[in-house]
Amino acid sequence: MMGTLSYLVFFVTVASLFAIATLGLNLQWGFSGQFNAGVVGFMAIGAYTYAALTAPAQHEHVGGLDWPVIAALVAAMAVTALVALAIGLVTIRLRTDYLALATFGIAAAINHLALNLEGITGGGRGIAGIAKPFADLPPLWFGLAFLALAAGALLAVYLLLERLVRSPWGRALRAVREDEVAAAALGKDVDRMRLTAFVIGAAPMGLSGALYAAFIGYVSPYDFLAILTFQIWAMLIVGGSGNNAGAVLGSFVVWALWSLSGIVVVLIVPTKLQVQGGAIQAILIGLLLVAMLIFRPRGLMGERLHSSPLLRDDAAVRH
Amino acid sequence: MIAQLVIDGLLTGAVIALGAIGITLGLAILRFANFGYAELMTVGGYAALTAVLAYGGTGAPLGPFSFGGFLAVALAVGLVVTALVAVASDVVVFRPLRRRGAGPLVLIFASFGLALVLRHVVLLIFGTQPEYYSREIQMAVLLPGDVRVMPDQLLVLAITVLALVALWWLLNHTRMGLAMRAVAENTPLARACAIDPEMAIRWTWIVSGALGALAGTLFGLTVQLRPEMGANLLLPLFTAAVLGGVGSIPGAVIGGLLVGLAENLSVLVLPTSYKATVPFLIMLACFLLRPKGLFGK
Repeated sequence: MMGTLSYLVFFVTVASLFAIATLGLNLQWGFSGQFNAGVVGFMAIGAYTYAALTAPAQHEHVGGLDWPVIAALVAAMAVTALVALAIGLVTIRLRTDYLALATFGIAAAINHLALNLEGITGGGRGIAGIAKPFADLPPLWFGLAFLALAAGALLAVYLLLERLVRSPWGRALRAVREDEVAAAALGKDVDRMRLTAFVIGAAPMGLSGALYAAFIGYVSPYDFLAILTFQIWAMLIVGGSGNNAGAVLGSFVVWALWSLSGIVVVLIVPTKLQVQGGAIQAILIGLLLVAMLIFRPRGLMGERLHSSPLLRDDAAVRH
Repeated sequence: MIAQLVIDGLLTGAVIALGAIGITLGLAILRFANFGYAELMTVGGYAALTAVLAYGGTGAPLGPFSFGGFLAVALAVGLVVTALVAVASDVVVFRPLRRRGAGPLVLIFASFGLALVLRHVVLLIFGTQPEYYSREIQMAVLLPGDVRVMPDQLLVLAITVLALVALWWLLNHTRMGLAMRAVAENTPLARACAIDPEMAIRWTWIVSGALGALAGTLFGLTVQLRPEMGANLLLPLFTAAVLGGVGSIPGAVIGGLLVGLAENLSVLVLPTSYKATVPFLIMLACFLLRPKGLFGK
């Protein structure tokens, strides 16, 4: 019973962390049509920023700064947003497929840096001893307290982004996504809007990575491999891009499928083939992504279509 | 030292060039960036390996080379299997999406998903350890300038040149090549001239699949086979295609050679651990300074 409960707590915590990153991607892709194939790179920046600010000095890398948890989380978001700004300034005018290539390459380059900049990242050994909030509580209470933190962060990000996409700016952003030229003709600064969406969308990815580092207490370059980007993408596509509630739902559904398939693999695949077992999960994610695109491109909850109340069929009746 | 790096760079570049042609054909004719393309190299390399394992090796080594005559048969198996996988992926995944009028971005997503499936199916069957067609020892050939190359590597260069000549003939002297070029140029106009775009698309998958299998097998022969080899070559391949100019086959070849050279020569100025980042830096520079590439229209 306790085992099930603590697993459930773990499950919801990790799903919430994924959902935070998926919401960020939804702003970039769902609402502004920018193909970021390097999600994992932004998560890594957030995680390493948090780690560098809170972990003690060890091996040859810097540390011992002992920032408080909240300050380090905010700093992780800020650093991620700044890096996204630098990347966005360079890539904002690229064709969408080139943007995908560029961001994919940037994530790979960030991974190379994490492996090689030993003075900051600890190289392949990673960074251990990262500040875990609530670490002095007993395990189950730690789990519950961290769940509250993760769920609270998810709720805050969700509410902020909902507010943002429902604002006039959000409407203009969708207009830019649908027709750049028309939006520009109506006086919208297309580049600026896209760049803003890219930067704001990257911040939750950094937060997600930082919370992950705080949850596990350890980061290494092997936590941030390209497959994580595709997991996040699968979450958004399954949930329904252009719908924040869908992004959250998709994160929980895909993480549930991933965890369940992991349990099934452990049960049926012989121990010495467990490495290959991970391959089965990756194949399932790939199949899920392709099947959703073919059979249900709108996802579980597609984007709500907006139209002016004056254009609705019943408008004449009401007026 | 520099001469050696140049030769090594040309060898790396030859394999990248073959793969980059497949990418550039995809961009020009299929009209989307196929992120799953590099996995066709893995599929081809491992399909040839399957034939080699079934036969129990490649036979007695031929002359100075490390492998026996059976490798030619294995290569043929790899070409056919990969072309079939490529066509099947189009029929199952990309054609339904095309019919629905899905945009290039949806196709890119689907290619990401397909890449995950293909790579991990290979991993599931063959495991993560590196594989080789042959473990025979070969003597390095000493070229002028104190450059050492393996006979296998010289053969790879020769085969690359032959493949390029064959491709040139295919595209310029057959109806199929004409159809492919016509669809790349202007699909509605091609259709008006009684060229079936679906046919041209099928041939594009076959040709690019076979090129991928050839590149994968040559990579396996001179480096090693690993399930993630395609994924690791993805950025170099796209860099070569973008640098050469989308749709330009000579561009892809020159782009591939330049990327191979730059990667190998980078060790003169950068720590070796950053070698894998070099293609990406070239790509970024290309996007910023000359997005249409060296030979793009």
